[in-house]
Amino acid sequence: MRKNLLGLSAAACLLCSPLLAADPVKIGMITTLSGGGSGLGIDIRDGFELAMKQSGGTLGGQEVELLVEDDARKPDKAKEIADRMVERDEVDIMTGIVWSNLAIAVVPKVAKDGVFYISPNAGPSLLAGKGCHENYFNVAWQNDNLHEAMGQHVQSEGYKKLYIMAPNYPAGKDALNGFKRFYQGEVAGEVFTKLGQKDYAAEIAALRDADPDAVFFFLPGGMGISFLKQYAQAGLTGEIPVFGPAFSFDQGILQAVGDASLGVVNSSQWNKDIDNPANQAFVADFQAEYGRLPSLYASQGYDAARLIGSALEATGGDLSDKSAFRSALKAADFQSVRGDFKFGPNHHPIQDIYVREVVKEGDILTNKTLGKAFTEHGDAYAADCQM
Amino acid sequence: MSPLLIIEQLLNGLQLGFMLFVMAAGLTLVLGIMNLVNLAHGSLYMIGAFVAASVAGASGSFVLGLLVALPVTALVGMALEMTVLRRLYERDHLDQVLATFGMILFFNELTKIIWGPRALFLDGPRWLAHSIEVLPDLSYPAYRLAIIVIGLVIAAGLYVLISKTRLGMLIRAGASDREMVAALGVNIKSLYTWIFGIGALLAALAGVLAGPIYAVEVGMGEDILIITFVVVIVGGIGSVRGALIGGLLIGLVDTTCRAFLPFIFRTFLPPSSADGISASLASMSIYIFMAIILTWRPKGLFPAHA
Amino acid sequence: MPSRIALAFVSIIAIGLPFAAAAGGEDYLIGIATRLMIFALAGISLNLIVGYGGMVSFGHAAFFGIGAYVVAIMSQHALYGDPLLLWPVEISGSESALVVWPLAMAVAALFALVIGAICLRTGGLSFIMITLAFAQMIYFFFTSLSEYGGEDGLSLFQRSSAGPLDLADDTQFYFLTLALVILVLFLQSRLVVSRFGRVLQGIRDNESRMQALGYPTYRYKLTAFVISGSLAGLAGALIANQTEFVSPSFLDWHRSGEFLVIVILGGLGTLFGPVVGAGAYLLLEEFLSQVTEHWMLILGPILVLIVLFAKQGLWGSLSRRMGSHD
Repeated sequence: MRKNLLGLSAAACLLCSPLLAADPVKIGMITTLSGGGSGLGIDIRDGFELAMKQSGGTLGGQEVELLVEDDARKPDKAKEIADRMVERDEVDIMTGIVWSNLAIAVVPKVAKDGVFYISPNAGPSLLAGKGCHENYFNVAWQNDNLHEAMGQHVQSEGYKKLYIMAPNYPAGKDALNGFKRFYQGEVAGEVFTKLGQKDYAAEIAALRDADPDAVFFFLPGGMGISFLKQYAQAGLTGEIPVFGPAFSFDQGILQAVGDASLGVVNSSQWNKDIDNPANQAFVADFQAEYGRLPSLYASQGYDAARLIGSALEATGGDLSDKSAFRSALKAADFQSVRGDFKFGPNHHPIQDIYVREVVKEGDILTNKTLGKAFTEHGDAYAADCQM
Repeated sequence: MSPLLIIEQLLNGLQLGFMLFVMAAGLTLVLGIMNLVNLAHGSLYMIGAFVAASVAGASGSFVLGLLVALPVTALVGMALEMTVLRRLYERDHLDQVLATFGMILFFNELTKIIWGPRALFLDGPRWLAHSIEVLPDLSYPAYRLAIIVIGLVIAAGLYVLISKTRLGMLIRAGASDREMVAALGVNIKSLYTWIFGIGALLAALAGVLAGPIYAVEVGMGEDILIITFVVVIVGGIGSVRGALIGGLLIGLVDTTCRAFLPFIFRTFLPPSSADGISASLASMSIYIFMAIILTWRPKGLFPAHA
Repeated sequence: MPSRIALAFVSIIAIGLPFAAAAGGEDYLIGIATRLMIFALAGISLNLIVGYGGMVSFGHAAFFGIGAYVVAIMSQHALYGDPLLLWPVEISGSESALVVWPLAMAVAALFALVIGAICLRTGGLSFIMITLAFAQMIYFFFTSLSEYGGEDGLSLFQRSSAGPLDLADDTQFYFLTLALVILVLFLQSRLVVSRFGRVLQGIRDNESRMQALGYPTYRYKLTAFVISGSLAGLAGALIANQTEFVSPSFLDWHRSGEFLVIVILGGLGTLFGPVVGAGAYLLLEEFLSQVTEHWMLILGPILVLIVLFAKQGLWGSLSRRMGSHD
């Protein structure tokens, strides 16, 4: 069936585009493939490549050449790769960066140089607000979105006294502010932990002492794993419910947390059980190709590729007319795996955000969608953006 | 803040301290006797945790994971000693830092290739999954109490090993006079290999113990390695007693600053700035503590060769 | 003599590179070469204390990062027009290289003075670790400094302005960096043969003898530490301009490790060692990471082999083979 599709799209483009014989569209992907946090970059790359493999190495019917490079999570290295990709390889489109700090280092320059940048993960407030750019599109979320959804959910569930935690860095502060934007009740404690902290015994003891109705935390990566294990060990799981964004309950991390995560309600713009054909094909093909369940990050990489594909298809692969390509991206005329998707005025998503629960399917921990926290949710920074 | 909470926080500090001690004991042993700065100690910690996690994952038994991880890591350590590290004993610290820095890069990537880039799962034994009431109205996770007990056992065991056994005598003699030990007909090369094995075993033990409470992930050894060095330096290089006292002090300083600084700052600052400032100070606390100790005692609290 | 020829050869490459790159349409090479020069400068500064002074600092990235942050913070205040300090003296932001770069050096030197004064009370391994500890402290400080971006880092609106030079132009920025590296190399070559330099090397070889000879060794070491810190601050100011961005990852302990690698790889206590080391290390990293995503698996053992078998470092072995010593 896929072969048929491929044949069809190739045939269609033979008719529609005289540019088929021209050079392939060059896409540069800078992402983190080595060292800590490389799991995220690998998922983004795999998701992106899956979209290409599904259509025989093309996107939107156009030949595509994907250049992947490892930034080792260093901003200066990412910047150097970006310069090289723009100047030597003359890429037309870039994507791939996982971390906000690397995005802030790279994106403004490449956008200014007239290269389109599609963010598959990082959505710092700077790039959504004051620092937005017409060539920059975010296909995942603005950093605050999932925290806002959790605030909304906790508020609507009637919790009155929350204990909230995040690492002591800007994304952590943004997370708690995003949460409080929609949660109106009492805050029993607001704790900033050390970035990369492993031991949370002191915080958990103080938390128990404050006797909140529930806990909201944003502790990405290993920090969240450690916290949840220790929380369960302190006997608090089930006693004081925990809420958090998808990052600590994602497919790539759940098995490491184990049963301590079971039953936890978390927020996400995507889940593998969202019912639409694009998502079903994505989940099935991803498992077949890589032998594991796709993660949130893989879905974002996949959508980034499909967004690019839709714009390539609409313009027939012609990137010489920047404003036409930009309009095609802006139209977001593709089937997102998360369902309805469109861009707001600052080129960040307007999308539904779901509430899901960690469940066990056989031996595998995964998420089940419970409902929506938001419908067609944008972000708080769009008003600051002037393109 | 209730007295009970204060006691609990002190207990948390002690527990973290014992965890750091187990890690620091191996490091200080190798440092004190062979005069080797081994940054790869953190890699051995990571290998221990990963081996235990995969064995426990396959067999369902934490104890089996522990029993496999200890000898496997010790063997990896001894192999490392025999191939590379023994060539570095006579070199200066700079060469040792550089070579073992290279090993960190190597082992991180190797672990990623073998086990994948995602964190692994490791849970403690079921019979330690409950809490014990240590004082009326104060219950404490049994697993964390077990870490304290193991820390005490290791401290006692190392004391006996070093001060009462023949191996310990050789260790003490080897540290102060290599030629003499060699002249006695002792094969100092293999002695060092064995000592390094013990150090690697202790690193693995710390890694396995950490597994059920911390994330088992690539690079897990690096943050704790730096803290462990702080422990070793504060305690005095080469001194197991120093590692114990240093570990407990660092554990207490770190935990109490995280626990109490927010309360202290909130008494005279608005909450928003108090939280930020106390969090920043807490994350720097152990380094400030180390700077104070070293200004007062440049060789640490209990230098081995004072 | 042969080393002179090698030097002339290198100079021709260094000067000709931007023109060749521009002619070949490979402009990005200029950026790589600039970054290489900046790392070389950081290596030179570290070599002064490690190679000539015997003080193994494992926290040198701190001064590098401080220098970078001074540039970025001053630039942010210049952009928004709000003063950095109102009391006791009013300090407003600036984008002028003539103001900001010396300031970066001065601030880095000040930090080096305080940190050095404490760290130099210890020696040997304690010194290695306490410098690392101070760097970690400063790392966490910048991570939580939300006013200036914290962990996310801070973008420069534009590069520093430098009179008639247009630093936004990569070629001009490259030549300025190159000139600074050459200037620092020249000053260092004078310094190491000066009385100060000889005393410093004497302390490295045998501190107690120098003490017995009546030299206040602590003060000599501290002076070297401060000079080294301020040069690292200059390198930081340059990297902030090159990347047009700063973040705490510039002060990460891995970065301090890389600086040590650069120094040792090139050859400890040799004038040109750090330049060669920076070139070899960055090009190796660049090359390996393009070959495989598992490049650290190869880089790690290479470092071990260099320690084991190339004790003098690349430049050290090279210049010895050519029969000259510098």
